[in-house]
Amino acid sequence: MQHLDDLPLAVDRRQMLIAASVGLVASIVPFARASTSDEVDAAIRDLIGNATPRDGGIALQVPETAENGAVVPVTVVVDSPMTAERYVRAIHLVATKNPTPGIASFRLSPASGRAQVSMRIRLAEKQMLLVFAEHSDGTVNRAAAEIKVSVGGCLT
Amino acid sequence: MTVPLTGRPRLKLPSVATVGEVVEIRTLLEHPMETGLRKTPNGQPIARDFLASFIAEANGAPVLNVDFRNATSANPYLIFHARISGPTDFRFVWTHEDGRSVDDVAHVDVK
Repeated sequence: MQHLDDLPLAVDRRQMLIAASVGLVASIVPFARASTSDEVDAAIRDLIGNATPRDGGIALQVPETAENGAVVPVTVVVDSPMTAERYVRAIHLVATKNPTPGIASFRLSPASGRAQVSMRIRLAEKQMLLVFAEHSDGTVNRAAAEIKVSVGGCLT
Repeated sequence: MTVPLTGRPRLKLPSVATVGEVVEIRTLLEHPMETGLRKTPNGQPIARDFLASFIAEANGAPVLNVDFRNATSANPYLIFHARISGPTDFRFVWTHEDGRSVDDVAHVDVK
């Protein structure tokens, strides 16, 4: 017989994360749909090296449609206890259809306390936002969200 | 046209927290973040003027490091977190690609 106390805490956290993400954003899509160019693939390799990313473990809060592509709010929440032993050491954001794919990289530490960051980004046109989270054990999670853009924010 | 890095950073974080609490920190620095890809209506290219990075330290130890790339919006606005383990002196530094930087500090006391 399994006691409730034996269940790993990570399950609770993950369930909370999934519940939160469903409430926040409807545009998270399977990563497989996020077709990428050679340039984007090269940018991703530069960021995460040879690691093989797994889907999930990341909640994205983004608008379904960005009225102004020059300032698109993005919040990334990664499932991690953020202890000295297990923490998220980096979060990378990549745009699939901007003139250049790089958005920003966040390097966190256990002192961050929570693997959650928000920023505002520029998007030129409707595209996929790709997010990669590197854990302290070297594993990498990934997530993607499609964002429509009313007025492009890169070249104007 | 190069804008000097003299804009006053804006910070929002609690001045008091409990030990072990994870506090939210909001920072903004006014900066155009010109990518060099834009042109004026006359077709003249607008020169690149871009911040390279942001660093947040707590009592001298790194909390967060951000590398900015082209798709970072103007006036970079960041929300992140830090676990408070005692009275903390925060330091925040924005550095331009050309090496100029601007910094600001904040103190969090514990109850």
